[in-house]
Amino acid sequence: MRRELTTSLLAVVIFTILLGLIYPVGIWAVGQVAFPGQADGSLTHVNGRLVGSSLIGQDFSGGARAAAYFQSRPSADRYNPAGTFFSNRGPNQASAVAFYKQQLAAYVRREGRYDSGLTAAQVPVDAVTTSGSGVDPHISQANALIQAHRIAAVRRLPLARVEKLIAQHTDGRFAGFLGEPGVNVLGLNVALDKEAPLT
Amino acid sequence: MLQGWLQIAFFCGVLVACMPLVGGYMARVFAGETVRLTRVLGPVEHGVYRLLRVDVRRGQDWKGYAKSLITVSLLFWLALYLILRTQTLHPFNPQNMHSGTWDVTFNTVSSFLTNTNWQFYGGETTMTYFSQMAGLAVQNFISAAVGIVVVIALIRGIVARREGTRTLGNFWQDLTRTTLYVLLPISILGAILLMSQGVIQSFSHYLGFHGLNGTSGQLALGPVASQEAIKELGTNGGGFFNVNSAMPFENSNGLTNFIEMFLILLIPTSLTYTYGKLVGSRRQGWAIFAAMASLFVVAVAVVYVAEQHGAPAQHLAGVNTHALAGSTGGNMEGKEQRFGIADSGLWTAVTTVTSCGAVNAAFESLTGIGGLVPFADLSASETIFGGVGTGLYSMLLYVILAVFIGGLMVGRTPEFLGKKIEAREIKLTVLGVLVTPLAALIGAALATGTKYGAPSVYAEGPQGFSESMYAYLSQANNNGSAFAGYTGYVQPNGTNVGAHGVTFADLLGGMTMMVARYLPILFVLAVAGALVRKKVHPAGLGTMRTDNPTFVVLLVGVVILVGALTFFPALLLGPVVQGLTTQVF
Repeated sequence: MRRELTTSLLAVVIFTILLGLIYPVGIWAVGQVAFPGQADGSLTHVNGRLVGSSLIGQDFSGGARAAAYFQSRPSADRYNPAGTFFSNRGPNQASAVAFYKQQLAAYVRREGRYDSGLTAAQVPVDAVTTSGSGVDPHISQANALIQAHRIAAVRRLPLARVEKLIAQHTDGRFAGFLGEPGVNVLGLNVALDKEAPLT
Repeated sequence: MLQGWLQIAFFCGVLVACMPLVGGYMARVFAGETVRLTRVLGPVEHGVYRLLRVDVRRGQDWKGYAKSLITVSLLFWLALYLILRTQTLHPFNPQNMHSGTWDVTFNTVSSFLTNTNWQFYGGETTMTYFSQMAGLAVQNFISAAVGIVVVIALIRGIVARREGTRTLGNFWQDLTRTTLYVLLPISILGAILLMSQGVIQSFSHYLGFHGLNGTSGQLALGPVASQEAIKELGTNGGGFFNVNSAMPFENSNGLTNFIEMFLILLIPTSLTYTYGKLVGSRRQGWAIFAAMASLFVVAVAVVYVAEQHGAPAQHLAGVNTHALAGSTGGNMEGKEQRFGIADSGLWTAVTTVTSCGAVNAAFESLTGIGGLVPFADLSASETIFGGVGTGLYSMLLYVILAVFIGGLMVGRTPEFLGKKIEAREIKLTVLGVLVTPLAALIGAALATGTKYGAPSVYAEGPQGFSESMYAYLSQANNNGSAFAGYTGYVQPNGTNVGAHGVTFADLLGGMTMMVARYLPILFVLAVAGALVRKKVHPAGLGTMRTDNPTFVVLLVGVVILVGALTFFPALLLGPVVQGLTTQVF
């Protein structure tokens, strides 16, 4: 038994060093050499200031200039990438019905001012449901095209120009068929600020 | 939906195409043959043996094998507990995380030791980088390797040709070879691929940012890619972040999602090929694969169609869940845009048929019928591919059971690959099969029948029951996925001051995981020990074949029968009620 214990103890030490230190640090070193941008978090800077990560969705609904930005999907964790959690909203919950009703009404109210004729039935489902991570960086193309009316009006840009920017910031399916396409909200908003700066 | 079905078909095709390659490779590794990697890894392997001071040429009987396995698990348990309780002393702790309380730590340690990775903690708010990589990720490797070596020992028991043999191999050799030749190389490749697509690998402190319209926030970072690869490959499933593989830093696009699902199923599927090769008849392996795959395909189809339909609460609120131009529609609650319905549905099936439990979408927000799929997958007790190693040994127990039942039907002494199945083996097999469901039901009964379970429940009505039931089902199956409303800890204000446990849920869950992991392992090794000594009888006309479609049907029947009889009443109270009604609670 004592032999067994010694061997086991040595195994704990050896495997912890190999798998718990050498392996992750080795992968880190590869990342720093081969893909430093991705390994460090796909950070987005504007004029040297860190404005977020292109992979992490954030809140654009605050502040006086909210109307000038594309809005992310609803989030259960207030878009906090350092403390994520699921909404845990069930399929048959009364509270979920109330939540969706309120989200839908708010969306139609916000966008309907600029897109007259917008009905609740035209609102894509991603716009009123909370994402999994709470920091979903994407919205659906349908969602973006509705919001484009508002952006064009507030930024005084031709609608066609905004739609072109949307197309440029749409991450397609990988290799054309893996995953689903989505419009990267941060990338698009950064591009908008460049195209039609807010004063 | 066509696009979605194509993705699913492509995924299955790639997987099947890789099985002979990886399965054949593993067969050579476990037969002790020289492989191409030996030139690089041979010296490391022998260095490990020298450091461990073991003579790996000495075989162990089932008791010796079990003794080594249990001893090393015990020490790893203590080491991990020590690591998680001393977080303030850690290097690689830029966020100054404190340790959680003893109860939640007990749960976490038991969870990672048993390949469950049930998480009563949020990674980015409670764990130091050191705990994640030197504590949790190490167990991702070791618990996976332990699962694999057990099935290898069982296979050796089945194929041993010499009557009176006792040795099942050497535990230390199997553990080392599994880790070095199988898990580590694939993880390295996987981690690098994931990193190239945006999965992070960083030791930096969390980065504060100021958004375009004045909002500010903090980006949580960490050594994620290295952990993500083994988390999927070892069917562990414990996320670096609280929202697991829904988090873009863990799973950043359609390709990473594909790679991660592929890694989850790679070893469980390939092992059926390894099995066929080691028993000397590839048809035997394909028969088991066919039984598993048929159940898997049904699971994928059901969850995809159900989720595409949308949830009652969305319909009642007037939300349009149909596909529109530029939107896939469906129940997008708790799902990420870049995965959509198809890849979230496929992942849900992949992660619950195996014992992985990583999620890329919130289970609690699945529709009633969509949510029934994880329940049904777990009710099959890891026989549909299952965890690495655990899946195949669980299925082999069912094979023995099916052979026995088949033998009774035709009135012959049941034989499995030339070995007579007698009273001792059948007793051990039935015990091995029953532990997991029993642990799940007892846990769920205690949690829902007493007042102590109530503080953990989040939702009202049948959803609340589903949460509790799933929690113990998942922990007993060493899966680790959750209807995540169910909680076992409280995070005090101020994110890094350590989680406080909900003692009852933590302890009951921890016990459930340990019992449902180690008892079946002991029974499996005992079965291996019983089979290894047996004389081999040549197959005759009366021998029931275990490699033809008839047997596959019988095997699937036995799996469904045992699962349904055990769990159907409980399932009625939760997801079935929710799936059959449009009412809200």
